[in-house]
Amino acid sequence: MHTSSSSKVAPLYTNAAPAQQASHRLKVYPPKPQKVYFFATCLVDLFYPDAGMAGIQLLEQQGIEVLYPQTQTCCGQPAYTSGYHDQARAVAQAQFDLFPEPWPIVLPSGSCAGMMRQHYPQLFANTPEQANAQAIANRVFELTDFLLHVCQLQLKDEGKPIKVALHTSCSARRELGIAHVGETLLDQLAQVERIEPKRTSECCGFGGTFAVRHPQISAAMVEDKTQALIDAAPHFVTTDCGCLMNIQGHAEKTRLKLQGEHLLSFLWRRTQNDA
Amino acid sequence: MTLKTDHLAGGQFYIRVQDALANAPIRANFRKAMDGLMHKRATALEDTQERESLRELAANVRLRALARLPELLIQLEKKCQSQGIQVHWAQDAQQACEQVLAICQQRQARTVIKGKSMVSEEMELNHFLAEAGIEALESDLGEYIVQLAQETPSHIIMPAIHKNTQQISQLMHEKTGTQLSHDVAYLTECARQQLRERFQQADIGLSGVNFAVAETGTLCLVENEGNGRLTTSVPSCHIAVMGIEKVVEHLEDVTPLLSLLTRSATGQAITTYFNMISRPRQPDEKDGPEVVHLILVDNGRAHLYQDPELRDTLRCIRCGACMNHCPVYTRIGGHAYGTTYPGPIGKILMPHLTGFANNAALPSASTLCGACAEVCPVKIPIPDILVRLRREAVNGDQINPSVMAEKGFKRTWKEALAWQLWAYLAQRPRLYQIATKIARLGHYWMPQSLGAWTQVRTAPRPAAKSLSQLRRDAEKSL
Ligand code: SF4
Repeated sequence: MHTSSSSKVAPLYTNAAPAQQASHRLKVYPPKPQKVYFFATCLVDLFYPDAGMAGIQLLEQQGIEVLYPQTQTCCGQPAYTSGYHDQARAVAQAQFDLFPEPWPIVLPSGSCAGMMRQHYPQLFANTPEQANAQAIANRVFELTDFLLHVCQLQLKDEGKPIKVALHTSCSARRELGIAHVGETLLDQLAQVERIEPKRTSECCGFGGTFAVRHPQISAAMVEDKTQALIDAAPHFVTTDCGCLMNIQGHAEKTRLKLQGEHLLSFLWRRTQNDA
Repeated sequence: MTLKTDHLAGGQFYIRVQDALANAPIRANFRKAMDGLMHKRATALEDTQERESLRELAANVRLRALARLPELLIQLEKKCQSQGIQVHWAQDAQQACEQVLAICQQRQARTVIKGKSMVSEEMELNHFLAEAGIEALESDLGEYIVQLAQETPSHIIMPAIHKNTQQISQLMHEKTGTQLSHDVAYLTECARQQLRERFQQADIGLSGVNFAVAETGTLCLVENEGNGRLTTSVPSCHIAVMGIEKVVEHLEDVTPLLSLLTRSATGQAITTYFNMISRPRQPDEKDGPEVVHLILVDNGRAHLYQDPELRDTLRCIRCGACMNHCPVYTRIGGHAYGTTYPGPIGKILMPHLTGFANNAALPSASTLCGACAEVCPVKIPIPDILVRLRREAVNGDQINPSVMAEKGFKRTWKEALAWQLWAYLAQRPRLYQIATKIARLGHYWMPQSLGAWTQVRTAPRPAAKSLSQLRRDAEKSL
């Protein structure tokens, strides 16, 4: 009964590499640049070009020239989160050449910015592109974060009084740590009353392929999120197209009176004279 | 029941999820309980600076221990032995069960009283002992309720969290003849009385271990009900079972871990009881067991340990915060997972304990929202590990080939081809733009149904002009 350590158990690897500490790299905001690269992301390009245009206009209003590489496609995230890293890497690498000069790269999406900023370095580890991937990652900013912290954007509200609920995507909130950005920008708008929805930090249930791989759980989540937003205000804004498509799609399908909009579109619209 | 032989576990998961989602009381019980637990944790760890520096410290304590795990286990064994604790090594659940049984037989034991131990759940020990004619009785209140109901725990800290007071009252009434009552104090008192007698009669007490200190040979046990102390001190023999990852180097390493464990789990600053066991009863002592055994259970951990990335899974101190904060767990509850450990930690741990294919649906059943990693006291990057498991499941990386035993079990040629096609297009901007144009035009004749997506949502509508088109137009007009 009284067995000794050596007889029964497979030997442990005594010299295995020590586990690595996952540490977040420090984000360094650059001084306001003359130009930026605009990476639209596939969802904005196809479904929400207005949000992209609004973002571009907000940047131009800051006196920044917006470089829009016409050959951009996708950051590679869908394949990455599905486990197909060869394909994710190939698609990601195809974007590297779009940004030859050292200008910042801005994205109207927390989720894609999170992919490029947080996951590119690791995706390209042990490849010849490692340094390049790291350099690109360091230049990537989510657009509202860039507008607030690099451009020191000050918004002047031209619209009528309105109540708005903000839904911050999980990637913006947790991967990038910029949940305060949307709040701060909305709070600059004098006529906008921002109402915090119940369980504001809870995921809306989109999760990319999750929504189709686990449709029942996703449905339960979007149902709750939509309800929480409606309970707060009839109008909601969000930083990410995935969440917008998910929540707005559910509200439409169930004929709930909830109007969603990308945060960038909303900010641009509110600051126009004809708002 | 765990799914040891069920190769359709992926399919079963969907069925259990459907049942759970349709079960209103289950959903209400979990929502209410998880809301409460999230609130308690937030209140207990209000000082964010203290919280974050403690988490950093705790993560490093665990990393440091894991980096030296093999040596520390040998050190623990030697130290325990020198203090009179008998140490056994079990390679898997089966062997661990057999070792418990051998001790029982040696002592001619008929009844075993148990403190809470998730490793014993992992071993399915109660079942094993019952078949050998030995009764194992759970003494933790939640475990006791679960055992009365012939269920398994639905949460690693609060095993009966899926039941509300009414359901518990009904159960105790049926099984033990107590009055129907919503008075929690009354029900607790009844259970306490029933259990007290059993403590006197039990031949052996069996407990888990929260932390084992290598340097001092101390087994630490965290609990609230005093049942852990009775289990480890009343019967003449105490058996402690622990996963091999639970060891830490020094006694002072326990401090940050304990401080975060209780606050992350239940929002308590400290539990009612904290037991430190380092030897059997000494001649001049009035109580305590004559014999103490420690069973070190591997059950897949040593193999998992060999991968430097997956190894982070072993940092876990089983606080349950990841499940309390998980939007998926909150919706479907613990039983839907069909695993000993549910929730985020279950998703990343179970494939190594009971097989990857047996837990086929788990790695994808996450939005990667990161709520788990945000609260994990030892900062396990759970979403990253989930992505890693997805990659393992489809063998999706030639530069970093998959290493798990059942790697690639989920890869289908159809899915692989679809991703290849997607990647082919996304590397060829011209083709890609044509493809998106087709998608845009296609939406006019595309059915307004996209399978699972459109069951609860409208289909997304492509804009009349893509952003790149709008930009081209704008540049032309300049
Ligand atoms: S993974 Fe982290 S949060 Fe989850 S039980 Fe383990 S220690 Fe707690």
